[in-house]
Amino acid sequence: MTLRDILDKLLGRQPASATTARERLQLVLAHDRSDLSPELLEQMRKEILEVVAKYVEIDLDHGDVSLETEDRVTALVANLPIRRPLAIPTRNNDQETVDA
Amino acid sequence: MAPTSRTILICSGKGGVGKTTLTANLGIALARQGQKTVVLDADFGLRNLDLLLGLENRIVYTAQEVLAQTCRLEQALVRHKQEPNLALLPAGNPRMLEWLKPEDMQSIVSMLQKQFDYVLIDCPAGIEDGFKNAAAAAREAIVITTPEVSAVRDADRVIGLLNTRGVSPVQLVLNRVRPKMMANQEMLAVDDVTDILALPLLGLVLEDEQVIVSTNRGEPLTLNGGGSPAARAYANIARRLQGEDVPLIDPAKEGRGLRAKVRRLMQKKIF
Repeated sequence: MTLRDILDKLLGRQPASATTARERLQLVLAHDRSDLSPELLEQMRKEILEVVAKYVEIDLDHGDVSLETEDRVTALVANLPIRRPLAIPTRNNDQETVDA
Repeated sequence: MAPTSRTILICSGKGGVGKTTLTANLGIALARQGQKTVVLDADFGLRNLDLLLGLENRIVYTAQEVLAQTCRLEQALVRHKQEPNLALLPAGNPRMLEWLKPEDMQSIVSMLQKQFDYVLIDCPAGIEDGFKNAAAAAREAIVITTPEVSAVRDADRVIGLLNTRGVSPVQLVLNRVRPKMMANQEMLAVDDVTDILALPLLGLVLEDEQVIVSTNRGEPLTLNGGGSPAARAYANIARRLQGEDVPLIDPAKEGRGLRAKVRRLMQKKIF
């Protein structure tokens, strides 16, 4: 944070536009580079969440699936906070009994 | 053939960011530094390089006539009177829009490489056929952009296309930098642009009213060894291109007065 940012906050001013420009660019370039439309990304996000939700209980409000770009490489980044594993009997349990 | 001949595409994606101005000034600067240079206007639909160089009344033939063998290359090359190391070759005539193909571009460039140290290709805006033709003969490229979201986005598309074509190295020129706006964080910072595009920075050109004055006259800024900020920047780009280590200007240090100092204090990271 810079002195300028603090002053902006104190005076209730809009933050400087360069930050907004950088963020908007990074987002639009991630889409341009991956050739994924926002609709497709949203569809993929839903399907990923459904798959993950089969195994663990996830915090949907704080979950996020997005595209991030660094050094001309675009990555799909999923941040899905896990509340707790689902208490379903799984193959793991069976294996434990066999091992024992 | 000049053994070290370099063919450099100058492109941007977006129009109006300074491709042709860079080509003209870089051409003059390289010629002044002793390099035999030809600037090839690949934007034959809307050609303007002749106008910026003040050569608009001296064009008789173009690359089309050379390829059709209705004239010799020497007849089509327009030599600059004040800077004899520089020649201009228009790729074509605005009336023959569909004529040029990538193979044509390759054959004309290989002719030019035989007698010039530097072949600079002024690329048309866009990423369609005009760009593809111009890029067909290029080994390396300079992408020019301004610190604006639309220009940077379009530059990114072009860089992607150059990468898939195997053009290398691709270097960046950041044009029309306004130090005051950058200091106030109302313009993308130099690092923002280089980080996003992930290209080495070949040069920074400050916004300079003299560019318009020189365009009016048809005398590129670098022609008279001019001392304006943009003229110095173009000359430095020409030196860096030849491998000389010329430090980049720091836009934040452009202002020396009290106001500039306060501005720098305001943008210092404190926590």
